[in-house]
Amino acid sequence: MINRASFYVIVLLLIVGGLSLAWLRHSQMELPFTPGEERPVWLVEARVDFNARDRAVLASLDLPDNPPGFRLFTEQAASPGYGFSVIEHDGNRRGEWSIRRALGPQTLYYKAQFIADPDIEDAPEAEAPEPALVDWDEPQATAAAQLLSQASTRSSSPQSLARELMKLINQPEPGQNAALLLANHSPAELLNKLVNQAGIPARVSLGLYLEDARRRQSLTPMVEIYADQRWLVFDPKSGQQGLPENLLLWHRGGESLLDVTGGSGSSVSFAIIKQTVPALQLARAQAEESGFSPFSLYRLPIEEQSMFKMLLLLPLGAFVVVLMRIVVGIKTSGTFMPVLIAVAFLQTSLVPGMVSFIAVVAFGLLLRGYLSRLNLLLVARIATLVILVVFIIAIMSLVGYQLGFNTGMTITFFPMIIMAWTIERMSILWEEDGPREVLIQGSGSLLVAVLAYLAMQSKLMSHLTFNFPELHLVLLAFILLIGQYTGYKLSELKRFRAMVEND
Amino acid sequence: MWASPFSLSRAGILGMNRRNVAYIGRYNDRSLYPLVDNKLRTKLICQKYQLTVPKLLGMVQQQHEIEHVLDLVQSFHGFAIKPAKGSGGKGILVITGRSGDDFIKASGDVITLEDIKRHLSNILAGLYSLGGKPDVAIMEELIEFDDRFEGYSHQGVPDIRIIIFQGYPVMAMLRCATHESDGKANLHQGAVGVGLDIATGRCLNAVQFSTPISHHPDTGKQLKDIEIPHWQEMLVLASRCFEMTGLGYIGTDLVLDKQKGPLLLELNARPGLSIQVANGCGLLPRLRHIEKLKKRHDSAEERVSHAMDVFGMAAGTEPESLAG
Repeated sequence: MINRASFYVIVLLLIVGGLSLAWLRHSQMELPFTPGEERPVWLVEARVDFNARDRAVLASLDLPDNPPGFRLFTEQAASPGYGFSVIEHDGNRRGEWSIRRALGPQTLYYKAQFIADPDIEDAPEAEAPEPALVDWDEPQATAAAQLLSQASTRSSSPQSLARELMKLINQPEPGQNAALLLANHSPAELLNKLVNQAGIPARVSLGLYLEDARRRQSLTPMVEIYADQRWLVFDPKSGQQGLPENLLLWHRGGESLLDVTGGSGSSVSFAIIKQTVPALQLARAQAEESGFSPFSLYRLPIEEQSMFKMLLLLPLGAFVVVLMRIVVGIKTSGTFMPVLIAVAFLQTSLVPGMVSFIAVVAFGLLLRGYLSRLNLLLVARIATLVILVVFIIAIMSLVGYQLGFNTGMTITFFPMIIMAWTIERMSILWEEDGPREVLIQGSGSLLVAVLAYLAMQSKLMSHLTFNFPELHLVLLAFILLIGQYTGYKLSELKRFRAMVEND
Repeated sequence: MWASPFSLSRAGILGMNRRNVAYIGRYNDRSLYPLVDNKLRTKLICQKYQLTVPKLLGMVQQQHEIEHVLDLVQSFHGFAIKPAKGSGGKGILVITGRSGDDFIKASGDVITLEDIKRHLSNILAGLYSLGGKPDVAIMEELIEFDDRFEGYSHQGVPDIRIIIFQGYPVMAMLRCATHESDGKANLHQGAVGVGLDIATGRCLNAVQFSTPISHHPDTGKQLKDIEIPHWQEMLVLASRCFEMTGLGYIGTDLVLDKQKGPLLLELNARPGLSIQVANGCGLLPRLRHIEKLKKRHDSAEERVSHAMDVFGMAAGTEPESLAG
């Protein structure tokens, strides 16, 4: 006997290990704990239009890379005749379409699905960017300097400076200085220039407001200011600081949003649809890249996956048997026979399965009654029963088919040999212990089989066992614990009842 | 309808799970099982240890031996055929006499030689053995049971089950077949269980299907009068099985033969719990008493007399040592 303390440590390790592994996979791979869970996904389509001038064309569109608050799920480009590739340069991704010769209006599409994930943040920049050099024409320079000094007297940090500047710019009746500058600049550009002039790195970014079923959307300029080793987003129009929840930062700093060589009149517009995608599908797609993928069963060929789906349900059935026999104390014929019957029920569905099972066993018992008079050797008798069972099933299938049930076919899933042995054992039991015992053990087996079936066919259970196989460790721990259970069985409370009633 | 688990526990009743984990699992080394699971091996080792057993008339190991062995057996008036690896009395065929070429079963039914042959070949194929493994059939001398048991058992021989824990007899019962149990001595099939006082071998209590009864349902004979002769001798015989097998927790099945006295029929490494119902008292206090003994007695005789002192219920009260 092993040390009890180490036994409980092992059980605890199994439970903690199983649960934490499942949790890890849930949070890392976003595997949902319940089946049928759906996640919203934004499908954004960028449409690039331009006029080609009958020569080689190269169109290059800045693509979003790791926008804060979103995760890129899938992307694809559709543009007939054009070559497309994604070029990565300095952490900046650009989609490039190219064609040898094109003429007339051209339309290129880039589609991407984004999953909203508020946990995703910008990684801190490795090294602080330099503020851009700013030059103004006179008299703008004076106006800018005055505006800046007016704002900086009221501020203490880059953020507050930006806020003060935005207040000055966004006044309903801007002051003389602001009005002069706004005549030549958009508010975003103006804010960007002023902040850079103050020695604080800033840039104009382009964001897309995600709203369902929008077409012909354009990008909204935002100003990002570098402070505390991060880029902070400001909406120059509203003066709000912080990234709006539904804003996807498409173009951040760097080069231009769209470059087209060999074409003119280029423009980019966006269409947005909100879709829902099964969370499981999202998780599987991500499993390919995730570090957990070696543990994932999704890597197996589909055929083997479906086999594992069944196989991974078996422990659940075994657990039900353990509970029923050790804690409840139900008599079954053959220890794990109920699990096999339950697996067969999974394929036939419950009621037809039960009807077929009872019918086959009952028929078999009748025929076996005759066989016992034939004076056969045991092995030959069971072999005879196997053949009879095949016949019974064939006849039932035919009759069922004639009557319009096609469930007859599915009972072939019952393991023949097991059926034959069941009939043989039941028949011996009948002879030795009487029909009462046959009824007790037979109905016990059937009851446990039905319970195991109910546990195994539940959508949640098959989802959990297949997608979180590590949860079997928890099941194992419980089985180990029940294996140590020394209390009374439920049936014993009845069996020994007479002994305490007299007290 | 249901008893509360606490009241069962207070009554010291041993449950199946505790029996399996705390007694069978802890005190019975699995490697010793084949010795008791195979009646042939039990019989042979009993002869070595000079424990009295019913005489072995012959055995059948192969299908072709059947004819030849039957020739041997036919000279006997009565005999019993048993599967060596059978359990729970399954597959035991008792022949008590002849009727021309045919045989008379204990139940009075007449069967042919062919029936016996088929029974033998079923045994060989493993029909009655655990897991259906091929088996051996043994044939042994018929027990002529003591006249004093007349009327206590329907057809079959009443046998005595004694639980031996660490070599101490802890509880005993007499199992009497009834018409309802079809001549079998299995309590769950309706045999009468008579709890026996360890000190005297007298009837304490009798039950059928867990319900107390006072008379045998078939013969109407009063069960209260039962007193087993050669009681101490029987306990010593049962107790010696501990040394012989090395198993800490066993059920020993004995019968009393008219001429030969107590005989050991078979051993069981997983004895059932109905004995508690028959005795109307739980096993746990007695098992715990043995577990707490500072010094165990070496000889079977000493162990038996200790058990008779401590577990006797003749006075009608639980001894002090068991009160807690």
